[in-house]
Amino acid sequence: MHKLASLLFAIGLAALLIGLAAQLPLGMTPMVVGQAILEQAPGETGSANIVTSVVLAYRGIDTLGELAILFAAATVAGLVLAPSIHAESRLRAKPRHDAGLVLRAGSDLLFPLLLSVGFYIVLHGHLTPGGGFQGGVVLAAAFFVSFLARPARQPSHVGIVLIEALAGASFIGIGLAALLGGGAFLQPVLDKGTLGQLVSAGSLPLLYLAVGLKVGAELSGLLAHLAE
Amino acid sequence: MNPPDLITILISGGIGLVAIGAVGMAVSRHLLRLVLALAIAEAGANLLLVLAGYRWDAVAPILTGATVTRPMVDPVPQALVLTAIVIGVGVQALAVALLIRVKEAYGTLDIRELKTRVEQEICGAAGIAPPESANKPGGGQPYPVPVTTSRESA
Repeated sequence: MHKLASLLFAIGLAALLIGLAAQLPLGMTPMVVGQAILEQAPGETGSANIVTSVVLAYRGIDTLGELAILFAAATVAGLVLAPSIHAESRLRAKPRHDAGLVLRAGSDLLFPLLLSVGFYIVLHGHLTPGGGFQGGVVLAAAFFVSFLARPARQPSHVGIVLIEALAGASFIGIGLAALLGGGAFLQPVLDKGTLGQLVSAGSLPLLYLAVGLKVGAELSGLLAHLAE
Repeated sequence: MNPPDLITILISGGIGLVAIGAVGMAVSRHLLRLVLALAIAEAGANLLLVLAGYRWDAVAPILTGATVTRPMVDPVPQALVLTAIVIGVGVQALAVALLIRVKEAYGTLDIRELKTRVEQEICGAAGIAPPESANKPGGGQPYPVPVTTSRESA
């Protein structure tokens, strides 16, 4: 009975969505805001990746809110998983051994590669697909692989929190600098440079670097908490 | 290939993912499967959002030269989905953290077992007898005489 009801519910939901989708002009979306952004973005922000201009310039405050949500989720997960007294004693009773040779050698090999790929994705966020969020996840993966190989040698929580706090503060600081310079909060500042160069698009790469470091630090702290 | 056919396939895939996730959330009795079903439904919703800005004759909104040579797809839904994916990761991490605590406290993640355990705990703390199941047949048997009243009458 319960399963029948949920099946009927899902069929109804799918029919509703199909009915909605059938009315949309699929594949020929009329773009109003999108067209205006596509025309103005390269001149206004100097970023070749227009999604980056939308995320960091036109919707910069939204991205700040997104970072706040991610920070809240990481903080609450850390709070929920905070080691109680029993867990502490159990941890001490059972020393954690390193993983096998294959995982250790693999993590030593992967760690620098993952770090450089992560920073590449972060720093080229205004030129190619990618950016702070995607590169930050790769950075977190680099630290998590080394954590899996050597569980005893944990990344220091103080360092993670420090990186996270500095990155978040610098994101807001860049926004405030734009405000002090006479513009709006989080308006792109600095020289736009030539389109398509690594050093271009003004403050957008700096903002994405802050986002990448913050996301990487938050996720690696979260994964370390979950692994404990 | 006819372009509208491709987008029909993609749209039905997105709707199918949402429906599969909804069924999974309604049917599954294991909490981890519930979280996974939520992730599947979220992927379908993200796919539908990206498709809302899709144009079959356009390219990705990234400039390769100084001028725009071909039409580009709408960048706004893509930026929205970037936000949605990141928030989805946060929600899933939080859910998994809570599941770890539930597993530690009760030793199970089965919803029905958890429900009886929690009910027992609440009733034990309140000092009352656990409630009878609403689905239990009433039957024709008389209720047993409560112990306290029988002692008072005796």
